[in-house]
Amino acid sequence: MNELAITVIGRDRPGIVADVAEVLARLGANLTDSTMTRLRGHFAMTLICTGPAAAEVEAALAPLAAEGQLLATVRAVTPDGEVAPVGEPYVMAVHGSDRMGIVAAMTRVLVDAGGNVTDLSTRLAGSLYVVLAEVELPAGVADGLTDRLHRTAGELGVEVTLRPADPDLL
Amino acid sequence: MTGELSGPDTGRNVGTYVGLGEWTPESLAVPGEVRAVVSAPHPVLSRAGGEVDPTAAETIRLAVDLVATMRVSPGCVGLAAPQIGVAARVFAVDVTGHPKAVTVHGTFVLCNARVVEATRWKPGREGCMSVPDLTGDVKRASRLVVEGDLPGSGKPVRLVTDGFEARALQHEIDHCAGLLFLDRVAGAHAVYQRKVYL
Repeated sequence: MNELAITVIGRDRPGIVADVAEVLARLGANLTDSTMTRLRGHFAMTLICTGPAAAEVEAALAPLAAEGQLLATVRAVTPDGEVAPVGEPYVMAVHGSDRMGIVAAMTRVLVDAGGNVTDLSTRLAGSLYVVLAEVELPAGVADGLTDRLHRTAGELGVEVTLRPADPDLL
Repeated sequence: MTGELSGPDTGRNVGTYVGLGEWTPESLAVPGEVRAVVSAPHPVLSRAGGEVDPTAAETIRLAVDLVATMRVSPGCVGLAAPQIGVAARVFAVDVTGHPKAVTVHGTFVLCNARVVEATRWKPGREGCMSVPDLTGDVKRASRLVVEGDLPGSGKPVRLVTDGFEARALQHEIDHCAGLLFLDRVAGAHAVYQRKVYL
C-alpha cells in the first residue's frame, strides 16, 4: 500500500476541500490524517493518503493546479508506524509583540530539554503574535524547562506559559 | 491552574464574609470617567497587579472608572484594572441580561479578589477587549466561590456563583494576575480569528 504526503495551498475560495477530496476519492486514495485550515486568506491542506501511486495523484490534481490558484505537491513516504510518545503532553502558549525568531528560539528551548513538538499554530493579529504548541516532555523536566522558557521569553520581550495538557479522561 | 481547586485556604475567617448587600457603584458617590482600554501586547497586561487598599480614594476612582468604561463598551461583561493600564487587583463585572448567565449579582467591583473554591470545569470560547482579534477555548470552573473586598467600605465579601458569571470572574481575576485567556487555551488549535465584533 502506497502512503502519500500531499500538500495543497491556494487563495481561499469555497469548494477547495470538496474539489481535492473528490479527486482523491475517485482514485481510491484513502484520506487518513490531515489538517486543513485558512492562513491569512490562503487555504492550506496537509494530508496523508494511502492507495494509488504518487504520479497518478499528481496527474489527477494537475487540472486544479492548472488554474493557477492552487499549488499541489505529492510525494511517496514510507510508513514508519506510530512514534512512541517521549513523555507527558504539555501546552506552551507564547504571546507578545511580533518580531523575528520567536518560534525558532522558543522551540529550540523545548528541543534542548528533550521535548517533541506534536502540534503548533501561530496567529498574527495586528502587532500581537501568538504561538500555541503542544509538546511531549520527558518526565520531570517541566519545572526546569519553565525557568529556561521564561528566560528566553524575557530576552524576546514575550510572555510564556507552560501547562500540562490535562486531558479529560472519561 | 489546571486541576480542581477546592477548600478555602485563605487564612481568614470565612464567617466574616458576606454578600454584596446594598453595594452599588453609585454608592461610591464619585462620577466615573471612561478610560482608554489597552490591547495585547501591552506589557501592563502581563504584569501581576498589586494588592490595593479598598478604602483609598485612588482605588475608589479606579472602581468607578472601570464601571464607566465597562458600561460604554459594547458587549463588555467585565473589565480589570490592567486593561485600563493600571497594574492593580481591581475589576468590575456585570453579566446582567447575558443569555448564558444563570446567577447574576448585577454590577459590582471587587478588590484583591481570589478564588477559594472552583469546581465543575467546563470548556467554553472566550474573547477579550484587550485581545480584540482572537478568541480561544478555555476551561473554567462553572461553580465558583470568590472572596474579595468592596471598594469604598473595604467590606470583605464572599460571592458564590456559577455559569457565565463564574467564567467572567475567573477571566478578570486572571487579568489581575497578569494572565490573558491566551495563557490558558486548551491546545495548539484552540485560538481563532474573531468573526463577530459587538
